[in-house]
Amino acid sequence: MSLDYSKYLNSKIVNVPKSGIRKFFDVASTIPGAISLGVGEPDFITPYHIRNEAIVSLVQGKTQYTSNSGNESLRKEIAYYMHSRFGAKYDPKTEIIVTIGASEAIDLALRVLVENGEDVLVPEPSYVSYSPNVVFAGGNPVPIVTDADNGFKLTAEQLEKAITPNTRAIIMPYPNNPTGAILSKKELEEIAKVIIKHDIIVISDEIYAELNYSDEPHIAVAAIDGMWERTITINGFSKAFAMTGWRIGYVCAPEPFLSQMLKIHQYTIMCASTQSQIAAEKALKTGRENNYEDVRLMKESYNQRRRIMVHGFKQIGFECFEPMGAFYIFPSIKKLGISSDEFCTELLKAKKVACVPGTAFGASGEGYIRCSYATSEEKLIKALELIGEFVNAL
Amino acid sequence: MVDLQHELIRILRKDCRVPLEQLAIMTGKDVNEVAEALQQLEDDKIILRYVPIINWDKTDRSFVEAMIEVKVTPQREQGFDALASRLYHFNEVKGLYLMSGEYDLLLMVEAADLKSLALFVSEKLSTFDTVISTSTSFVLKRYKSEGVIFEQVETDDRLVVSP
Repeated sequence: MSLDYSKYLNSKIVNVPKSGIRKFFDVASTIPGAISLGVGEPDFITPYHIRNEAIVSLVQGKTQYTSNSGNESLRKEIAYYMHSRFGAKYDPKTEIIVTIGASEAIDLALRVLVENGEDVLVPEPSYVSYSPNVVFAGGNPVPIVTDADNGFKLTAEQLEKAITPNTRAIIMPYPNNPTGAILSKKELEEIAKVIIKHDIIVISDEIYAELNYSDEPHIAVAAIDGMWERTITINGFSKAFAMTGWRIGYVCAPEPFLSQMLKIHQYTIMCASTQSQIAAEKALKTGRENNYEDVRLMKESYNQRRRIMVHGFKQIGFECFEPMGAFYIFPSIKKLGISSDEFCTELLKAKKVACVPGTAFGASGEGYIRCSYATSEEKLIKALELIGEFVNAL
Repeated sequence: MVDLQHELIRILRKDCRVPLEQLAIMTGKDVNEVAEALQQLEDDKIILRYVPIINWDKTDRSFVEAMIEVKVTPQREQGFDALASRLYHFNEVKGLYLMSGEYDLLLMVEAADLKSLALFVSEKLSTFDTVISTSTSFVLKRYKSEGVIFEQVETDDRLVVSP
């Protein structure tokens, strides 16, 4: 290598560490026959009627660009869905962009909000992309550590303490990956008071909104009094409609935010894949027509597996906060006296069960492991048995 | 109770060997409550039997399976039920349905061989006065039954670990 590449590279990017997930993937993928509890996507495949809609659109030759913000008919469906399911009202003409998954939406939101090292609060443990995206956008990620004793919920008190004059925004990651924590309407209202008082903006990642196992259905942050005008809501089709590989999501926000996001989107992306948009529209239309029966049955199945996991980890003797959202469980391994990384590496070697070290989701994840239950009941039960054997042999 | 029963049915339709304790864990209910709900389903004859789905092609059992469409003259005051109740008692008849459309009854029939099946049609089924005509189609291959695809290899194409 003759060039000193480092001198050409953006140090901001170079200094962001490699994803802990990626590191663990590299190890896990070399072990054949492993049972994986490390998968962050549904084990359901996209329902046939949705897949077929995309196939038909290809046969009909619908292979052109769509408008930058996405097909208007899809945006209308999204507007209806967001309002009827989660209580947040958006104008499909000016307040919704269809994006390449929720990931692009997170990036867009951060890029229009920060530029010169403004702080963005990130409750942790949380999804791996938030903090790196804040850095890429020119901001400064500030973790707020949530803990198991409080169900990994962000509290109004914690938020009050974390806000400084340099705080521009907070990412609200509920229902949460990796902990499975959710926030109730009442808890959100308490947090909202602090947000409004300090005049900061919320980026609310609600990709797991449909997977809420509590008696109280998910409510959008934007549906809380006084929050709509200061909230950028992110959602997508990956989790609710098992459409991860389609890379299709959306962002909803007041027009002054959205019009700026649209500039980035139109200059970098042009538009989300036409076939994915057509499939996504079918998903929402069918949901509207059958009262989201597919989503309900999928959630019921996840809920059954969630209970298997909670019960299983209790049997093993792990302290485990009961997750009420998403499809992850985040048990504590602290009593074993080994690091999360070591636990997961050794478990994989000894028993061929892959979990993700909690540290992949921020330093505060030390002492925890993330187990996804988006896997068949048989595999979950087998994995729990193997984890039990592994722990007993330590 | 009804919601629990529906949920239990959905679980058992996928795997009817899930033990009672696991059914209780999965539904978040007490074992006794689940046992009671199951008992009720059985008492009400909603769950009639717990049976396996068998891929006979992988066994050494040799038999013929056919679908017989039957046109029938309905009987006064009894419609098709009287004939149906005679037919479903034959061992050969594994399934019997009243249909809309071109014909009236659909029989799923199993017999040891072609000759036995022919005898069933000519000497049993056709002898009923109310049977107008029959049309027999043989099953050549079973791809899917009771929601189970027979030759599907289960694969998980997802990345082993993802965010």
